Amino acid sequence: MTHVQTTPRTTRGFKSSKPDLASFFFTGLTGVATALILAILGVILLNIILNGWPGVSWRFITTIPKRDFFDPAATGILPMIVGTTIRVIVMTVFVVPVGVITAIYLAEYAPRLSPVTRVIRGAVNNLAGVPSIVFGLFGLGFFINFVGRNLDAIMQNPGPVWGKPALIWASLTLAVMTLPVVIVATEEALHAVPAGVREGSLALGATKLQTILRVVLPQALPGILTGAILAVSRAGGEVAPILFTGVAYYMADLPKKLTDQFMDLGYHVFVLSTQSPNIDQTRPVLYATVLVLLVLTFALNFTAVLIRAQMRRKMRMAA
Amino acid sequence: MTAPVLKPLVVGSTGADRDASPPLIEIENLSLFYGKAQALKNISMTIRERVVTAFIGPSGCGKSTLLRCLNRMNDLIPGVRIQGTVKIGGHDIYGPDVDVIELRRRVGMVFQKSNPFAKSIYDNVAYGLRLQGVKKKAELDAAVEQALRQAALWDEVKDRLHESALGLSGGQQQRLCIARAIAIKPEIILMDEPASALDPIATARIEDLIRELKKDFTIVIVTHNMQQAARMSDYTAFLYLGELVEYDKTTKIFTSPRDKRTEDYVTGRFG
Repeated sequence: MTHVQTTPRTTRGFKSSKPDLASFFFTGLTGVATALILAILGVILLNIILNGWPGVSWRFITTIPKRDFFDPAATGILPMIVGTTIRVIVMTVFVVPVGVITAIYLAEYAPRLSPVTRVIRGAVNNLAGVPSIVFGLFGLGFFINFVGRNLDAIMQNPGPVWGKPALIWASLTLAVMTLPVVIVATEEALHAVPAGVREGSLALGATKLQTILRVVLPQALPGILTGAILAVSRAGGEVAPILFTGVAYYMADLPKKLTDQFMDLGYHVFVLSTQSPNIDQTRPVLYATVLVLLVLTFALNFTAVLIRAQMRRKMRMAA
Repeated sequence: MTAPVLKPLVVGSTGADRDASPPLIEIENLSLFYGKAQALKNISMTIRERVVTAFIGPSGCGKSTLLRCLNRMNDLIPGVRIQGTVKIGGHDIYGPDVDVIELRRRVGMVFQKSNPFAKSIYDNVAYGLRLQGVKKKAELDAAVEQALRQAALWDEVKDRLHESALGLSGGQQQRLCIARAIAIKPEIILMDEPASALDPIATARIEDLIRELKKDFTIVIVTHNMQQAARMSDYTAFLYLGELVEYDKTTKIFTSPRDKRTEDYVTGRFG
């Protein structure tokens, strides 16, 4: 018997000779960063829920408070819930159509590389970077002092009806602020509709407008709703833009018209935390109000997410 | 050394003599430029009614571009310039008073990548009719059924007409696109490599379908699959680098081409 001599196999297998410390370190770092975010969120939510929950009662959320809303036994936040909800809804009614139409222009009609298009796009992006208090001042200067006062003059109102802070102006100011969010999301959704689908429609004898309205927009709808959801999220808790444009420190009644002022949850949190004569006594009210604000913002978001999910399902199964 | 002679492919899908069929599309001295680049060079040809005409040639030869000239889909691409004339039924489709919408209603198109809308099967087929203002349900129902039957899809989808078209298989989606195109009863159907993304079985179904459809429609098809051109078409045009090299009966092109380049291409020497 002869043995064929082979070179000895390595016995090491595929084990690496030294541990990959860099990878190990970086993996750890990403984990720690994630854990930190979760921890912060957890602490905030837990703190608010634990401290806020005892103060929330049916009476609390359905009561219109008397002037002294710092007293936990007597106060309520119905007008603030109503005010915040209405201003977000009115804002959505304005921002979605304007944003969508602008996005349709940018995505479908505007010449891709023209300087005008670039300027518009730049303006949209810059609008997104403007601090919200600046929007508040803009709303005061433009909507109330310019549009409102002129409306009053044209209608020959004896006193200011439009030329004063109001629900409508606060909502419009928020709409201007959230416009870039809707435009960018809609434009992305429109670009995501394949060119082949547009060609298919045009090849059947559709005009460009018919193609956009009947094929492209329906297909982009979930993406457009994502933009609306983001706008609602952003606007729900904003206080600065409504500060000069519509929010009231106190109102004895719920807002009845779009020209009324309104109370607002976010602003009320600010009031409770800075204006209370007895901070310790007010603290439970403050916590409960913050909890309701959080829940309301989540609820508005959640409703929009549900509508989108419904729409996606309908599209998949087609009605 | 002589090149091996390939065995002749089976040609002439129906064997019917279609010489008698009258000319429908007349292309004269057609040139097309993308900016400065010339994609089509002085093409002249006549396409007959109710036959299948295939455009073959290597990638980038201009066959799809030529096809898209016939329903003016190239209008959508910025920077395209066209010279020469294309007449359909004697009318110049690039004339000043031509309604492109009306043209596209009469010259339907099926694309390489199936492109059903994110709507139900029914709504996909009814789309073109609704564009024309057809609203009566009975009329739509009948037209949708007829188009789906013609596209050999009815039996597979009749129980789920109101489900999304996106749930269909690739081959079914392409047949749906054909149904959608024929639902508005065009005179001509342009097909841009309609089977290139499909498996052999789905491809065979599309080919059978095209053979059926030519009884009612004039079909112009772009393909890079020479066997497909040989199997299905009555006439074949070979394009190379934007030029129409040879255009003749399919039998002739595949058995005794006049031009050396055609011969090299159909025998698989290049491309």
